[in-house]
This record gives sequence, C-alpha cells and structure tokens, in this order.
Amino acid sequence: MTSMKIRSLQNPNSKKSLLEYIFRNKWLYIMLIPGITLLIIFKYIPMYGITIAFKDFNVVKGIWQSPWIGLENFKYLFRSRDFFIVLKNSILISLYRLLWGFPVPIILALLLNEVRHIYYKKAIQTILYLPHFISWVVIVGIVYNFLSPSTGIVNHIIKMFSGQPIAFLQKEEYFRSIIVITDIWKESGWGTIIYLAAITGIDQDLYEAAIIDGASRWQRVRYITLPGIMSTVVVLLILRAGSILKNGFEQIFLMYSPLVYDVADVFETYSYRVGLQEGRFSYATAVGMFQSVVGLILIWITNVFAKKYGEGGLW
Amino acid sequence: MVIKQSVKRHPSNSSLLSDILIYTILALIASCMLYPFLNVIAVSISDYSSYLENPTRILPGKINLGAFKYVFSSSLILSSYRNTIIITILGTLISVIVTILTAYPLSKKSLKGKSIIMNLLIFSMMFSGGIIPDFYLIRSLGLLDTLWALILPSVISSYNIILMKNFFTSIPESLEEAARIDGASDIYILWKIIVPLSTPIIATISLFVCVGYWNSYFSAVLYIRDQRKWTLQLLLREIILSANTQLLNAGGNFAELSSNNNPLQTVKYASLIVVILPILCVYPFLQKYFVKGIMMGAVKG
Repeated sequence: MTSMKIRSLQNPNSKKSLLEYIFRNKWLYIMLIPGITLLIIFKYIPMYGITIAFKDFNVVKGIWQSPWIGLENFKYLFRSRDFFIVLKNSILISLYRLLWGFPVPIILALLLNEVRHIYYKKAIQTILYLPHFISWVVIVGIVYNFLSPSTGIVNHIIKMFSGQPIAFLQKEEYFRSIIVITDIWKESGWGTIIYLAAITGIDQDLYEAAIIDGASRWQRVRYITLPGIMSTVVVLLILRAGSILKNGFEQIFLMYSPLVYDVADVFETYSYRVGLQEGRFSYATAVGMFQSVVGLILIWITNVFAKKYGEGGLW
Repeated sequence: MVIKQSVKRHPSNSSLLSDILIYTILALIASCMLYPFLNVIAVSISDYSSYLENPTRILPGKINLGAFKYVFSSSLILSSYRNTIIITILGTLISVIVTILTAYPLSKKSLKGKSIIMNLLIFSMMFSGGIIPDFYLIRSLGLLDTLWALILPSVISSYNIILMKNFFTSIPESLEEAARIDGASDIYILWKIIVPLSTPIIATISLFVCVGYWNSYFSAVLYIRDQRKWTLQLLLREIILSANTQLLNAGGNFAELSSNNNPLQTVKYASLIVVILPILCVYPFLQKYFVKGIMMGAVKG
C-alpha cells in the first residue's frame, strides 16, 4: 500500500512518462534553476567570449560585429619576447612552489599526528590554519612593511649587524624566493587538513600490533603512517603538476613592480596588464586562452595518472 | 591492550626526547605564523617613538590609539567598510542558499539529467574564459562599478556544491522516505530534515564563502573604478602599497597627524588591523566546525 505512494525515481520509458517524471520531481528541478542559471551566465557565456581571441575586437562594435582575424593574435604571441619570459616565469615559480612548498604540509601533518596532548594539538592547529584566512592584500602589506629598506624589521636586523639595507622586493634575485616563502607561510598549515584526514583513515590496529612487536616511534611513522597517506600524497602531487601554469593573480600582482617584471610576470598578471591596462583585448584573451587550453590538457593527462593510482581521480 | 597502555603511560627516554623535539618544532613554527600578527597589533596601538625604538616588538610600548582615530575619522574607510560588509553578508546568504538548492537534487542517485549538470560543474572548474571575457560580460550586463559585480560571479562554486552534495549523499535515505510517505514535498524535506542534519557542512561552507567575499580583491580591481564603491581590500592596497595615507582624509589633516606623532607606519598597521580584526574575532569560534566539515565532505561520496 504505502509503496504506491512513494514516488519512484526510476527511469521513464516513453516521452510521456518523461514529462510525468519531471512533473513528479518538479521541485527538484525547480531547485536547480538558480544555480544552473548563474553557472551558465558567469562561467559558460565567458567561454563563448573566448572568440575575442580570434577577432580584431573593438569594444564599440562588440563581439559579434568585430571582424575575424584568425590566428593573428596567436602568431604574434608566439613570436613575442614576452611570451617566453611569461612562460618561463609561470613554470619556474610553480616548480619552486612545488619543490619547497609541497613537502611542508606533509611534514607538519606527521608532526601534528605525534602530539598526544589534545589541547596542545588543537592550539597549534588553530594557529597554523589562521594565515589561510587572511587576504593577500594584508599579507603583502605586512611583507612590504617588514622588508622596507628604511623602516622594516628585516633591514633593522641587518643594520644591527652593521650590514647594508636591501630593497628585497625590487631585486630580481630575491623576488621569486619571497613569493615562494610567503606562499608556504600562508597555505602550508591549511594544507595539513587533507593529510590529517587521510591519517585518521588508517587502521588503528596496525599501530597496536606494531607497538607489541616493539616498533619504535620513527618506525611506526615510516612503515605505517607514511604508507597510509601515500596515495593521497601521490594524487595531490599529480594534480599540482596539472596546474603548473597557474600561479594565481593576487599574490604576484600585489608584490611585483616594473623593476622585477622579468622574473615575476606570469600569465595572469601579463594578460591583465596587456588587456585591461593597455587595452589590447584580443591579444590578452589569446594569452588567457593559451593558458586555459594548455592547463586543461595538463589536468586531463594528470587525471589519467591519478586514476591509475586507484584514487578515482577528480572525476 | 595492557602493553599498549603501559607504553602510553611510561614513555621511554627516547620517546620523551622525541616528544620534546616535536613539541618544540611545532611551537617554533606556530610562533612564525603568529609573530607578524602580534607585531602588527603591538605597533598599531603604540606610539611611533616606541616603533622607532624597537620595530620588532610584540608587546606594545607607550600606548597611543591616535592611528586608529585617524583611520576611523576617514569617510573613505567607512564607505569601504560598508561596501565590504554588504557584499559579504549578501554574497554569503545568496551563495549558501543557491549551493544548498543545487546540491540537494544532485545528491539524488538517479535524478534524470544529473550527470549533465555534474559535468558542467566539473568542467567549469578546469576551464574558464579568462579575464577579458569575464570583464566584457560584466560590462555588457551593465554591472561595472556596482557591488553586484563583486557578488554574483562568485555565487556558484563547483567545489562547494560538490562538497555539500557529498555530505547530503551520506545522509541515510530512510529519513527522507518516512516523511515522503506522509506526503511531504521535496522543499519541505530539504528544509526540515536535510538542512538541520547538515549544520557542520553548512557552517564550513558559509565560513569559506564569507571569508572569500571579505578577502576578495581581484574582482574589485577588475570591476570597480568609483571610489565610493571601493572595498576594504582595495583601499588597504592603496594605503599600504602606494603609501597613500592622504587618501584617508581627502581634505588632508595629514600634517596634523604627523605632529600628533602618528606617522605613516602606525597608520598603515592600524589599517591592517581594521581589515583583519573581524576575521580574527570570528575565526577561533568557527574553527572546530570547518575541520569537522572538511573531513566529512572530503570522504568520497
């Protein structure tokens, strides 16, 4: 009796039953409307806007009326000196972040996992997660003040040891290191969460058995905890490799200056500068499109690898 | 069991040593994270002379709140504060509601058309039109120089929807079936059964979205020209990076300020504090939710 009243979500067979099906579940479909509308307007319509890259775009004429120019913008892009500087910077900064920044959350999570006093652990976690919630504007503001040649703390200390003050942010040789260090400072505490979640998934019996067998603490970390989170590590590593061209806009945009463009300019900042500051819309769209398309291919390739490692990948 | 307990109760010497080492390393790292905040707070409430004496201080010297008075006397900071609060509250409300509404139908196992929508969401995470098409869209919609330009584009986050969907999927279906037999509609079930059971994930996502709006800077750089529409982050950048403190008091009693012994440095630090204070106040209370929420949402559904 009651099962008759339960509306089934079974597959409909004919067109009529499809309409019936939609009507029966109308509220579910109505709920989807606002989300889908916003998704299409703000994510998918700009994807159509990518055709700007193939046109001689003119703001007055709009996308439809502007004449097609084919691959002109891309030819110009690949021939320009800027392109190789930007490509090199994007890859190098990403690689440095990966090389120095990737192991830090893993080590922090392993250390945190060894803490037995729950309040100490919670206090440390609270502090470690905090920088993640602070905007880049604030963090860069602090960095600017700390590194200021005249009044900054760092140069105060250098001067105490009778050194010469250094204008760190204006020196090409320091710029990338500052980017990488501030990024590690901001995000590595937050990055521990996913590893801590993976650690809680490890079977506790393994530890008990190891203790009975007389395994030392280091051996337990080395032979139980580390292998237990290895699949998470591999998947995150692969996914990071997939976003090697992405550096984000805010951090670099806020820190760089014309003095260090040669080591600091990445795709995000470059396409903003040529597009919205110099008004070369089509060219800037082409720059952005190169980054998006290569990024998509890289993510697709790395996802295939992630699936191979048995974590199901991203999708 | 007995052995395990004895191990825990009487750590050997080497274990004690490694404990000390681990606790010390973590304490050092935590101090590195905390130091800049303490220093900025200390300097912002101190007299400039104390800053000159020792810029590395974490304890305030001679207390002088002149920098804060100066910052809050500015009409620009008040209007920026108002704009940021508007986009944060409105944006968080809209975004969380839309996320719940979109995630719930997607948590149904066999809803027709579900896979199409999931694919649309996932693809939008990996590919985007880029800055220029985004800018052109906002311009065509007539949203340039409005606060809506800062709210609407980031209402939908595929990541948040998937996190929420995974949580909903983990709720036992039997709970809904009972209500459904009684003839409850989907809206009623979502509102009365699902939402109350999902507070950890809703709190987590609300916090993410809220902080995201509060901290958003790039969209304001792109879409806002009018100074009256500026957000806090935009204003802060001008104050700190362009050392443009005169902005605060367009009329310019900066001379008076300097004579008050409150120059640039303390004003800059005070404006930093003004921007992060709300986050510093809310953060410790919400912390326990988001760790729980992420851990549950991260479990693959």
